[in-house]
Amino acid sequence: MTRQMLMDNVYLTHIPSDKFKTSYFSAQMAAPLRAGTAGRNALLVNVLGRGTARLPDMAALGRELDMLYGARLGPQLRRMGENQVFGFTASCVEDRFLPPGEALLEKTAELMGDMFCAPALQEGRLRRDYADSERANLIDEIHSIVNDKRVYAARRLLEEMCAGEPYAVRLLGSAEDMERITLEELDAHYRSMLPQGRLELFYCGSAPEERVAGAFAGAFARLPREGLLEPAPTTRRPVRPEPLVVTEEMDVSQGKLGMGFRTQCPDVPANLMLDAMFGGTSTSKLFLNVREKLSLCYYAGSSYHRLKGLVTVSSGIECGNYDRAVAEITAQLEALKAGDWEDWELQGARSSLLNSLRSIEDSAGALEDFIMGQTISGAGDTIEGLMKDISSVTGEQIQAAAQALELDTIYFLKGKEA
Amino acid sequence: MIVKEYPRLGEKVFRQRLKNGLEVIVVSKPRHAKQYAFFATRYGGMDLRFQVNGVWQDTPAGIAHYLEHKMFDTEEGNALQELAKNGASENAFTSCSMTAYYLTCTEKFYENLRILLSFVSVPYFTQESVEKEQGIIAQEIRMVEDDPDWRVYANLMECLYQESPVRFPVAGTVESIRQITPQTLYDCHRAFYTPSNMVLVCVGDVDPERVAAEAEAILPGEAGEAVARDYGGQEGRTPAQRERWETMEVSMPMFLAGFKCLPQEQGEARLRQSITGAMACDVLFGESSPLYTRLYEEGAINGSLGGNLDQVPGAAYLFVGGDAKDPAYVTGEIVRQAERLAREGIGEAFYQQIRRSAYGSMIRGLNSFEGIAIGMTNGRFGGYDYYRFPEVFDAITKADVEAFLRENVTGDCAALSAIRPGA
Repeated sequence: MTRQMLMDNVYLTHIPSDKFKTSYFSAQMAAPLRAGTAGRNALLVNVLGRGTARLPDMAALGRELDMLYGARLGPQLRRMGENQVFGFTASCVEDRFLPPGEALLEKTAELMGDMFCAPALQEGRLRRDYADSERANLIDEIHSIVNDKRVYAARRLLEEMCAGEPYAVRLLGSAEDMERITLEELDAHYRSMLPQGRLELFYCGSAPEERVAGAFAGAFARLPREGLLEPAPTTRRPVRPEPLVVTEEMDVSQGKLGMGFRTQCPDVPANLMLDAMFGGTSTSKLFLNVREKLSLCYYAGSSYHRLKGLVTVSSGIECGNYDRAVAEITAQLEALKAGDWEDWELQGARSSLLNSLRSIEDSAGALEDFIMGQTISGAGDTIEGLMKDISSVTGEQIQAAAQALELDTIYFLKGKEA
Repeated sequence: MIVKEYPRLGEKVFRQRLKNGLEVIVVSKPRHAKQYAFFATRYGGMDLRFQVNGVWQDTPAGIAHYLEHKMFDTEEGNALQELAKNGASENAFTSCSMTAYYLTCTEKFYENLRILLSFVSVPYFTQESVEKEQGIIAQEIRMVEDDPDWRVYANLMECLYQESPVRFPVAGTVESIRQITPQTLYDCHRAFYTPSNMVLVCVGDVDPERVAAEAEAILPGEAGEAVARDYGGQEGRTPAQRERWETMEVSMPMFLAGFKCLPQEQGEARLRQSITGAMACDVLFGESSPLYTRLYEEGAINGSLGGNLDQVPGAAYLFVGGDAKDPAYVTGEIVRQAERLAREGIGEAFYQQIRRSAYGSMIRGLNSFEGIAIGMTNGRFGGYDYYRFPEVFDAITKADVEAFLRENVTGDCAALSAIRPGA
């Protein structure tokens, strides 16, 4: 793997690999996630994705992608800590599986460059019809979060828990904000973002670095470069003095319980191990006790929000079992705080983490996500480094990490009749 | 062990039919850390009525899925835990025609494979454990009942079919699973988890001879008897019901339309139909199709519109769905477009464009170990070699895709399932 500065504030990560049938491309900008700009960045990347000066509409763009043997290219928006990462990812079949003479790399890179630097315009501005239709779609998407109650409840927990912090901002912003973004504002936002956003380029495939660098340098030659907008560090807040309990009602047959904990423990490998033992795997305490032993729920798991220093628990339960489920989840955490576990629980968690880290290199998309996350957050970890650290985490470290977890917020989505 | 190279795919496959009838397939993937094993039986949600020792047996809806859950129990405890201790991640699914158990790991592969082969082939149920599972599965059923994607699909199946058991949800209902006892589970395991009814696919940097040897050592020596199955009476082309609407707490209406297609017999024709059907979908409503572009620009659909051809035992249907402001309008437009294409034909340039994209998508599918394993398993159960898709694809013509649309995608064979928003 190599990383080089291709242009002012434009970096290219190149990962040579001939394991895959496709090569993978990514071009991303990062900006602090803030309520005022979240919606604009989301709308911008979707409008840019609608067409370029050369391929101005979906039909032309679709035809080009089809002719590139079903190349995929689409806008992508991600949350990384308290940053919003937005841009395009693409992939295309490697030349060696195509009829002789085909070379898709340059064409795919060019298309990505056009998405940023040469969008479809009307009267010198981004197109009004595209802004209108993408805005409408995004508003629908913002509302559609209620369709999946599991995702909705997990999001609502974070919103309540981190109210007032950038972490609570939705990736697409609010529907009201989205509604109010005018074409003029969007166009001005594009013209200010483009020159100052740091651009991270990524390629994983069999082409040598020179060819990739050449293709990207050509594709992004028109990118204006001035000013510098750096990603924001993710902030941390102490736990509330008294846990907040929020209950919401909806027409659901299964209740969704979320519990949010804060931690000030800086020991990342220990926190990862703790999360895996608590609710991160199918040998975890939550899975084995809350689901398997007590049949209290269909799913119960935990996630570690590394950059923010949170651990959240999410579970689907019968609405009447709220008290039992809260008590049982709490009891499982108490066990970890007391160092009460069997050796296989610890070893299982360790193997599971090592397994998932080792597997990252088998997926170009997962590699991109990992590397982008490290780059944007500045954490700078490597897969090998994390594996080494996780291999040596001790029981004492895990116990200390457990003791640092403090309950901050409980969110419960329950059925209307319950 | 038969070794076959597929130069157009850059793939190498080892195959062996063991004495007990089990098909072992190893797809070699050098330089990958991940190792993958997929062990499947040709037994799914549709297999409710079957013949054992000359006697027809009726079993409750949801039994194959229930059995899948219970197979993880072993006399020593739970296979999931054993695998998780090795860092392997294990999962399983039940579809209407198959139950599959699969694991991914990066170390101790043969040890994990042995665990997989053992727990799937050795049933261990008790009254207590079967009763306890009712709670977990009832929760799973309730959870999916709140899921609009699941509801819209389940309703479509009920609309499309009146005879075929594909109309029942794979997991059954809270009521139907109450009838399940340890004895029914043992009976179904004995009937369907026989080596000759199963396939083992491994993908990764693994030793094919060793995989076959492990399977030979652990699985029963007997092939088991072939079990006759009853998928109901002759199914006509007309749907049982034209439309079904339901109100749920969703933000926007969503729909799934289905077209009852002519089912395809076993053999390579099945693979051919699958590819032709997928191309017909691309032509009709794929992202670069004129219809998709127009509906998107009108605001009638968002980026979620999609669909494909699904082949199940004795039946096939083409489905298309997503969010839509007016599901009846979008479905009507799809039918009209299909009829127009059947009448006027597909433009040559557009067809060539779709061909390229369809081929690329199939090649891309080989990035996924799971996709490969499912493709190989469908091939084994459907009587064809999945990796022959480039040759099968080469032989498909524009006229074939047009004929597929003409024969299958008509208003007469269509049903619409939709969800409207409301509390």
